[in-house]
Parts: sequence; C-alpha cells; structure tokens
Amino acid sequence: MKIGILRFLGTNCDYDIWEYAKTLGHECEWLWYKDHFDPKGYDRIIIPGGFSYGDYLRSGALASRTPVMDSVKQAAQNNVPILGICNGFQILCEIGLLPGALLANDQRRFIDKWVDLEVVNDSESWNWGEKNVRMPIAHGEGRYFIDEQGLKQLEEHGGVWMRYKDNPNGSVADIAGVTQGNVAGLMPHPERAIYEWMGGTDGLKLLRES
Amino acid sequence: MKVLVKILPKPEVLDSAGRATFNALKSDFESLSACHLGKLVELEFNEGVSHEKALQEAEKMAQSLLINPLVEECEFEVKE
Repeated sequence: MKIGILRFLGTNCDYDIWEYAKTLGHECEWLWYKDHFDPKGYDRIIIPGGFSYGDYLRSGALASRTPVMDSVKQAAQNNVPILGICNGFQILCEIGLLPGALLANDQRRFIDKWVDLEVVNDSESWNWGEKNVRMPIAHGEGRYFIDEQGLKQLEEHGGVWMRYKDNPNGSVADIAGVTQGNVAGLMPHPERAIYEWMGGTDGLKLLRES
Repeated sequence: MKVLVKILPKPEVLDSAGRATFNALKSDFESLSACHLGKLVELEFNEGVSHEKALQEAEKMAQSLLINPLVEECEFEVKE
C-alpha cells in the first residue's frame, strides 16, 4: 500500500508512523502541511500524533485549517481511508470528519501508560480483526466528548470503534476511538506497539495488508 | 476598534480546569460557589471599521475557528 503521512509543525510521531508502515512493507510519502496533494494518490492517509501548533487555541484546531487538510477532505470524499492518531484524531474532530471533541483529561494530568481496549465496531478499512487489544496512550487532552444526542447517533450507527476497559481520562462512554465511513480516529498509539521490546505488538494488526 | 471574545466551556461540559481552580480557592473564600475557566481573545480591527462590521466579523471568526460550538460558548464585547 502507498501511505501518505501528514506532517505539521509540532508533529512528533511522524517517524514512528513511517517506521510502523515500513515494517509492514508499505510505501510511504510525507505530506507537508502547507501543500495540497493528489486526493486519489494514496491508498491510505495517516495523521500522526504530536502537538501541532503547540496545541494553541484548541488541540488540532489550527492544524485543521491548513492547505493539506483541504486535500484530506477531498480524499475523504473519494473514500480514501484516513486515520488520525492522538493529535491526528483531534484534528479530524476539529475539521468535522469525525464527530465529537477531545478535551483536557478529567484529572488535568498528562497520562502515559499502556491501556486495554475493547474493539466494539471494526470498520471496513480500519480493523483489528479481534476483540481485545493493548496499546499505549500518551495525552493531556484525550477526554472524548460528544453530547447526548450525538452519542446516541454514534452508538446507533456503529461509530464507536474502541472503548477503554478502564477509562483513564473521563471520556464519554469510555470511548477511545471512533469511525465514520472510511475515516477513523483513536487516542492510543498503534505505532508504539509494534515490537515485543516495546511491550506488545498489537499495533501491527491495524495496518497489515488485508 | 477592538472586540473581545470571551470563551467559556458550555455548562454541560466538565470544566476540569475551572473545577481544579475552584477547589484551590474555596477553602479561603467561603462565598465562592463555582469557578469557570475559559479564554479571552482580543481582536483589533483597522481604523474606520464600524462597530457593527467589527462585531459581525468577530462573530464569523468565532464560528469558523475561535470556538468549538460543541463544547464552548462565547460572548462579545466591543471596545472603542
């Protein structure tokens, strides 16, 4: 697969994603935040984690208004699978490709630890192929929020992708990841779970060639 | 001409920063019943821009970027 990897000022998981995709034999290309790209030119697009624009205003807000995101929107319209991890998830919510918002953790602390997750609804393009996975989280603003009506719709349409088994940050309905069509976002980092020495390899399951 | 955009979390959203600040204040200030923490954005407009125009533009800016209407609400104040 040919994978486009976005980079903003402040992205810090870009090389991890590159390594992650290369490990699984995929071809990778960088997509710079100031540039547009061919929305049909990639099999998949990944928005990595980090602190784009230093999380100014709201995490992901300023990154979501950049030229590269115009192309991401077009790619989404063309049904190209798009994945946002951590800050990438925040950006996809800010631009409206995914419902909800990510707010400061309820205990106001940055959390960095491994978590157990339940896969609730796998989507066609982004799937784990199993019910239980374990990955690290590392975020200060990962508390998923959606209003009551939005949550109802999300649950009814199978948009809840993953839930925390032990909610670490106060997310509504223990939500760790959501999907909408071919777009998916999650707070945990699959690229940090690809070698045994890291603590686990569940991350590999998401990006394997299907 | 300046417009202040005062942004606060919506009441139904848990304001963890406000809550933490409230907890720090309440032991010394018994009269305090709540504390909410938000943001203040000061927008400066070119000379000659009317009050109405500045307010209109500020409202558009708020909707398009400054607030996330799912979790935040805002008030505007025009300063000459």
